[in-house]
Amino acid sequence: MSDLSKVPQFNRLFRLQFEPAQDSFVLLFPEGMVKLNPSAGAILEQVDGDSSVAGIINKLQSKFPEAGDLTPDVCDFLITAEEKKWIYYA
Amino acid sequence: MRDSTLVNAGPPFWLLAELTYDCPLHCPYCSNPTDMGDRKDEIDTQAWRDVMTQARKMGAVQLGFSGGEPLLRKDLEELVAHGRQLGFYTNLITSGIGLTSKRIAKLKEAGLDHIQISFQGADPEVNDAIAGRGKAYQQKFEMAQQVKAQGYPMVLNFVISKQNIEQIPQILDLATELEADYVELATAQYYGWAYHNRDHLLPSKAALDKAEQQVNEYRANQNGQGPQFIFVTPDYYEDRPKACMNGWASTFLTVTPDGSALPCHSAKLLPLEFPNVKDKTIEEIWQQDFSFNRFRGDSWMKEPCSSCSEKADDFGGCRCQAYMMTGDMENTDPVCAKSPHKHLIKDAIAKAEHPDTPLLYRDNSKDIVRVKL
Repeated sequence: MSDLSKVPQFNRLFRLQFEPAQDSFVLLFPEGMVKLNPSAGAILEQVDGDSSVAGIINKLQSKFPEAGDLTPDVCDFLITAEEKKWIYYA
Repeated sequence: MRDSTLVNAGPPFWLLAELTYDCPLHCPYCSNPTDMGDRKDEIDTQAWRDVMTQARKMGAVQLGFSGGEPLLRKDLEELVAHGRQLGFYTNLITSGIGLTSKRIAKLKEAGLDHIQISFQGADPEVNDAIAGRGKAYQQKFEMAQQVKAQGYPMVLNFVISKQNIEQIPQILDLATELEADYVELATAQYYGWAYHNRDHLLPSKAALDKAEQQVNEYRANQNGQGPQFIFVTPDYYEDRPKACMNGWASTFLTVTPDGSALPCHSAKLLPLEFPNVKDKTIEEIWQQDFSFNRFRGDSWMKEPCSSCSEKADDFGGCRCQAYMMTGDMENTDPVCAKSPHKHLIKDAIAKAEHPDTPLLYRDNSKDIVRVKL
């Protein structure tokens, strides 16, 4: 993905939720659940239908200042998330 | 019980609330028990609220409202609202009979996340013959349109049997026309009424292969568009058993209309005493009850399971199937090619080519209940 101004949104089949019992974010969908690893959870937590990819990266950079440039990781993950139809771009 | 894997069983991620066994349809493939009990024994609204609250506290996250027909419970909206407030993903599993656009809207307001509608066939003739009710197809069709129009994710469930397997191409078209998100093409599993009617339901291997090929061809032309089709073949034609319920009491908790707690919705047929939510907490049931620990781990297994290298993959298969077909719930699921009872499955397949008992429609009549099992 090259265009960082695009705004990702959740596909309405999926609901993101933090589950204390699993100490992780999960994606819930009809009769199913995907347990997310910490970085996937942190990225999807920023998907709010308003923030662009660039905005999401900025927020994550300030949240994890020691992490180095997060752009490639975030972009790679968002491609996967789009392929899995968790998110789409309006 | 006997081995260390039992300590700290993970949470029951799935809570299936079978609100009532009552149903306006009479499908002969129904997996409900043939003795459906009495509506006056159903647990009340407060009991269901307590069950949900307790299960959610343990980490349950998926909540299915099922039956019978859950729409027959007048407190459904209240229960959905409670479940959603607790943070459950709420699923309504319905025949569509009794649904109205007004009720779909009310359920949405209550926070319902998803609606699954069952279909029995791809046209009124086949659908309503299997359902045992006139105008069922038309009602389902209209309600499926409404469910989508009101913005729900929608799953359509087609139970596939000898009676409708020739309709696969039309079924695929119907699901696409209705803009379903997921479509389960699930061959009937032979429990409850379906076990009784197995000879009339179990499709031949040739018919199944053809159906699967039709689904694959359809998928190949979808180009990533339209419904996602999930084709479930019957385990009778497999060489290894299914990993039933993802392992006994590992993931699923079913509560039946009268408050019985089960590790799967068929388990009541086993010669085990199951606890009731009126007498015990969900945590006591899940962590400590004898019946829930009965088939956890592998120390209960007999040969050929106990020394099998695949025992951690399929847990010996389905306890209900082992019991129904071999008379011993500790036996290897007879679907397994290693089972000394495999011939029972082969006999059942052969017998299904020439049914010699009448098809029995699901009914509340006690006379029919007495015929059973």
